[in-house]
Amino acid sequence: MAKAVDGLLDVRGLDVSFVAPGSARAHALRGVDLSVAAAEIVGLVGESGSGKTVTSTCIMGLLPAPPARIDAGEIEFKGRDLLGLSPEERRRTRGREIAMVFQEPSRYLNPSFRIGEQITEMLGLHLGMRREAALDRAAELAGLVGLRGGRGALRSYPHELSGGMKQRAMIAMAISCTPSLLIADEPTTALDVTLQLQILRLLLRLREVFRMAILFISHDLRLVRFVADRVSVIYAGIVVESAPKEALFLTPLHPYTRLLLMSIPSAQARGTRLRAIPGRVPDAQHVPEGCAFHPRCPLAEEVCRREIPASREHQPGHRAACHLVGKSWPD
Amino acid sequence: MRLLTFASKRLGRLILTILLISTIVFFVIRVIPGDPALVIAGVDASTADLAAIRAKLGTDQPLGTQYARWLLAVARFDFGASLATGQPVARLVLQRFPLTLTLALLAFVISILLAIPLGILSAVRRWSTWDYVGMVFSQVGMALPSFWLGIILLLLFAVKIRAFPLFGIGSFRHLVLPAVSLGFARAAVLLRLTRASMIEEMSREYVVSARAKGLTDRMVRYKHALKNAMLPIVTMAGIQLGYMLGGAVIVEQVFSLPGLGRLFLTAVYQRDFPLIQGGIVFIALVFSLINFAVDILYSVLNPKIRIG
Repeated sequence: MAKAVDGLLDVRGLDVSFVAPGSARAHALRGVDLSVAAAEIVGLVGESGSGKTVTSTCIMGLLPAPPARIDAGEIEFKGRDLLGLSPEERRRTRGREIAMVFQEPSRYLNPSFRIGEQITEMLGLHLGMRREAALDRAAELAGLVGLRGGRGALRSYPHELSGGMKQRAMIAMAISCTPSLLIADEPTTALDVTLQLQILRLLLRLREVFRMAILFISHDLRLVRFVADRVSVIYAGIVVESAPKEALFLTPLHPYTRLLLMSIPSAQARGTRLRAIPGRVPDAQHVPEGCAFHPRCPLAEEVCRREIPASREHQPGHRAACHLVGKSWPD
Repeated sequence: MRLLTFASKRLGRLILTILLISTIVFFVIRVIPGDPALVIAGVDASTADLAAIRAKLGTDQPLGTQYARWLLAVARFDFGASLATGQPVARLVLQRFPLTLTLALLAFVISILLAIPLGILSAVRRWSTWDYVGMVFSQVGMALPSFWLGIILLLLFAVKIRAFPLFGIGSFRHLVLPAVSLGFARAAVLLRLTRASMIEEMSREYVVSARAKGLTDRMVRYKHALKNAMLPIVTMAGIQLGYMLGGAVIVEQVFSLPGLGRLFLTAVYQRDFPLIQGGIVFIALVFSLINFAVDILYSVLNPKIRIG
């Protein structure tokens, strides 16, 4: 496959299963291809259960094995295959070169430590900063992410902060060692709409300031449209379509993407029924034969039931994995 | 500082508890049938003698006056004189208390040293040999009553092997067997709690984010998870220390140690009312102080508590 020009992260053919004694093998990722260039924001979109979080957890090297098992694939980051690194080397990259922001800050922050401590411990460990210097740096970061109260906020415990402030604190932690890649896993899902926008703007600003690449994981296409440069759509453990944002939103090639776009509620469509995609994502223990999407696909033909479609580049930088690209859409 | 406000609130609660206990003790003693004057003078005493004794004890005064005097006495830590020996109750109690406290503290230290490291190890290396050792230990420990264990230890290590003295006081070695038999069962309970609490905390989301920050396993476990896991452990350990003070009564019997337990047991046999009253209030005070210390420690560990 074509390598990204300024490749930072290149995930190729990542195949992950969950194998627990007494239950069937769950095939969570079935050959995920995903690439992120330096300073690029890539949106990874999918319904829950599609493999978004498994992908990000695997990139972080935090998949618990067992039950998880990586059957095939490569995760190339800055020219090194992360899967070939030792656990210790892997740990050193976490937080320092690849950092992560999670969905629910109130659960992902440690309730028993002050925000300042949760930031400075990383600075001490990864950058060898002394306490005083680390505190100065933490205060700087707090200002940068808009954590109200500056140094005072560093002295507070997570429960003393509002939801939005907690997420800012979590972002401050994530960017503290200026990683080249930030993985944001549904970073705004737990927040209300006005806060969502503020956090998204903050992420955009961080990209400008630090030239930090962001893998933005979400089920919400509207958020992705706002922040991403490129979008990958994942379904049942496969990236079914990947394209620059404009191309994906204007000329989607995969039927699943089309249906996703149609299901976005809009102000123009006010008063009409919300369009939902019939059916649901297959669970990883029972992925259908052939194209995993065929049971829900309005275009599906015989070939879709038999063969897994290969991902092909239909336009420069616009890939889709569908047998029927170009087939006209039924009304 | 908020911790100080919290501490003073808890101190107020402590004083309230003691007041409540004193009140209950006062009325319970008054409700129980039996006139202390009769106990002292005997059933064939003359009316004049009884009146004299009542006047001395103050039991001829109206109930309100008696109650007020009692509270005042409690505040001054003056519970009168023992009927049996004539010595001040406070002195008797304070004479015996160091031995019981030493025994309980020693048992406490033994149980903590056994339970917490082994509990953490069991949780971190789940299903390993350590975990099985811990589980067997906690099963056995909980099933054995401390007095039985005490007798067995005596037979084994004082009679058969003669590594420790059979009875008596005066050295650290005298306290080892009693403390082990007292601490063992408590350690078993604490071990289970430590293991469960640690396992639970290790499954929390903040542990995932600590890993995502690139922290070492050691930091994730012993800094991030352990601090949260300690919360229920501290509470339980405090309760355990209280239990051990109470449990010391039985173990003191087995090992013939002249501690508080022996003192109170004799007092009950002899209907020594002032000593019983004073003893109950004293034990309540010690319990409350332990709880107070646990609350303070807890709030240091868990900043959320200080709001309430």
